[in-house]
Amino acid sequence: MTSDEAKAQLDERVREMMAWHFSEETGCPFWLDWKKEAGWDPREEVKSYDDIVKFPHFQDEWLRDEKNERFVPNAYKGRPFNVFETGGTTGLPKQRVGWEDYKHDYEQFSHQLSDEFFPKGGNWIMVGPTGPRRLRLAVEHLANFRGGSCYHVDLDPRWVKKLIGRKELGQVERYQAHVMAQAVEIIKHRDISCIFTTPRLLASIGERISISDHGIKGCFCGGTSMTPEYVRFLQEEVLENKAQFVPTYGNTLMGLAVSIPEELPENNYSVTYYAPQPRAVLRIVDPEKTEITKDYGEYGRVELTTLTHEFFMPRFLERDEAIRREPHAKYAWDGVGDVRPFGALTKKVIEGVY
Amino acid sequence: MSAPHIPILRQGKPYISLDVQTVNQLGTEDPAAEISFACADMIKYDLHKMGEAREALKKFSCGELVDITKRAGEIFLNDDLPIGVEGDLQSPEDYVLSLAATSGLPHSLIRMNMQRLGGIFGQIDDIFQGLTRGLDWSVLDKGYGEQGGAPVSFSPTTNELAVILPSNSPAVNALWIPAIAMKVPVLLKPGREEPWTPWRIIQAFIKAGCPAEAFNLYPTQHDGSGAIIRRAGRVMLFGDDSTVKQYENDPRIEVHGTGYSKFVIGEDEIENWEQYVDSMVESVSANSGRSCICTSTIVVPKYGDEIAHAISKRLAEIKPLAQDDPEAKLSGFANPQFAEWINEAVEDGLQSSGSRDITSEYREGERFQERGGMNYLQPTIIRVDSFDEPLALREFLFPFASIVECPQSEVLEKVGYSLVLTAVTKDVDWINQLFDCPEIERLNVGNVPTNRISWNQPHEGNLFEFLYTRRSFAFAESA
Repeated sequence: MTSDEAKAQLDERVREMMAWHFSEETGCPFWLDWKKEAGWDPREEVKSYDDIVKFPHFQDEWLRDEKNERFVPNAYKGRPFNVFETGGTTGLPKQRVGWEDYKHDYEQFSHQLSDEFFPKGGNWIMVGPTGPRRLRLAVEHLANFRGGSCYHVDLDPRWVKKLIGRKELGQVERYQAHVMAQAVEIIKHRDISCIFTTPRLLASIGERISISDHGIKGCFCGGTSMTPEYVRFLQEEVLENKAQFVPTYGNTLMGLAVSIPEELPENNYSVTYYAPQPRAVLRIVDPEKTEITKDYGEYGRVELTTLTHEFFMPRFLERDEAIRREPHAKYAWDGVGDVRPFGALTKKVIEGVY
Repeated sequence: MSAPHIPILRQGKPYISLDVQTVNQLGTEDPAAEISFACADMIKYDLHKMGEAREALKKFSCGELVDITKRAGEIFLNDDLPIGVEGDLQSPEDYVLSLAATSGLPHSLIRMNMQRLGGIFGQIDDIFQGLTRGLDWSVLDKGYGEQGGAPVSFSPTTNELAVILPSNSPAVNALWIPAIAMKVPVLLKPGREEPWTPWRIIQAFIKAGCPAEAFNLYPTQHDGSGAIIRRAGRVMLFGDDSTVKQYENDPRIEVHGTGYSKFVIGEDEIENWEQYVDSMVESVSANSGRSCICTSTIVVPKYGDEIAHAISKRLAEIKPLAQDDPEAKLSGFANPQFAEWINEAVEDGLQSSGSRDITSEYREGERFQERGGMNYLQPTIIRVDSFDEPLALREFLFPFASIVECPQSEVLEKVGYSLVLTAVTKDVDWINQLFDCPEIERLNVGNVPTNRISWNQPHEGNLFEFLYTRRSFAFAESA
């Protein structure tokens, strides 16, 4: 696919989603009410992705303050939905409803994985936040889709964030050790070839056992930003250059943006992520004037637009910043590189806690 | 020489990180060094392997390591040593210039600190003997032996001595140098502006024949420091009272905190106070007042005003000068904001009616000065009416002291903790009381400036007792 073809595909997707989410038959109460209040019809005015800036930024508070039923498209009315949570260290968490999106996202991701490092039929272990998170079902679906089963070890990031907020770092280490003990037992005693976990937990497992010596060939990682040096450390020292490290960028609202793991060493371990276009789009924007897209090679704030039949979310400003990167032969659209917390250079952010 | 790249040292092996930070020459945009930064998890991983580093040191006897340390001292002072990763060499003069460029220290102070460090290397056998109370070195080689006719055995408490170093005083490296002769590898986290001294000491040790595996240097961020503090077997760090409090119950951690060092004149000697002005001036201003052993409070039974004026007159001669001026004794601040914050704290204290800045009558200009792109604080003597004044027992990173009058009989209950206390007196009863006081770590009796210490006695803890623990043992007759 060329960049032009990718753009045409995305524009077509935008038109399709406008028609879906702003029609009485298929749209959800939230967006149909929004259209009435806004006084303009996106079906008429949003004909391409460039027009998406006509929407205001999606506020994730709406996912907490609005009832979940208001985000159920009329086309899905009567079908029970999954509820996936994000954030929520204190108070009511933000919630997203869904049906099949996570399966689509992770099946699409599965096609990007190497069969050499993520062997078909191999079992997985997921070490990280499970509970009400989309990841819990998604990773298991990924394992099943590739013909394997999935073991789980839970970690509650909300509790970890509270401990860090209280500066109880000793407790954080003890809790992490508790999680690690469970993970190590399973890895030692079950046949597992693939792992999903967060960078910090991966390093923590690697402190206790040789991950590759225990049969793990591939590691799919996500959850927090990583500096190039940290990526290098994970690949070269934690995985001993024997298992493949596959960093991803994603969340409950987007799905998975993928990287190109085989090119990491030649890029000095600077990770570039490509959104699962056209289902979701990442744009690097000027934080002060968000309608402006930054130039290639420049840092800006990450803006996410999700365009699935189940969920429409225009121009959500992530709490991250990244470098806008050129399209790649494998992914013919913009990438986002060296993601880090927004304002990382000017303020302290509790991030990468697990 | 262009700005060298200071790599991480992992058991002596250079590691060039992808996380590189540039330290500029103070007051300019010119780079002085590029520094590889280690991530916290790398340090955690490496800590698991420190047993190997200790094994490398154990192949040498303590006697051999003492000889190596002595040779390293000569090399540190005189030789050209590797710097960075490109094969460049650093002469002693290059070292002075590099450290001056990033720390703000005058060249004369750096040279003084170099000589002081050289002295530590050179006196290593005295230090070893002093800290172990005359232990035969072979006891550490063999694991057991005799001392004073009694059986003794010592086992190490750790595979590494970790030190979180500050940026403001190269002489603090003296604290870890003896660990090598005690067969304990070091893990050093340098201050951001001061990788130079630990790097040069390490290179000197290696050139003298010490196994490189004994040296680990990790420039790192706060999370890396946190990992070191939480994970290393023994840790030395530098901090304020809150840091001391935070770790007071953790036997792994020795915090070198605020010194609150004092110069006290007894009632029997106060009429001779003029004879002690030189000592008081040196105690307050040595090493630009940056050491914890510098006097921050002077306590006298009377003549407080006269003494304050006499010392102020002398201290006012210490002015911000060019760094390469041989007469320069005042250090600029590597972090220029520190000077502003400290000056504000002093000014806040002076809002009290019982505190007066005596030096302001003698010095040129304000306390806070800018010169050559650097911020300075000129020496300051505050006459306070009582210990209740907010500045009476404060310590700052520049030549600063308060002067308070207090009856000799009340001194011990009022002065609190003192890292060093000099008592100018011949009053035997009072001297005995001072020796009995647990809040005085080092006691100088007579006219000895507080900044003059000997390293063969404990300084904020006994390094040998920190790194080794005594065990009981017995051999069966058949063994």
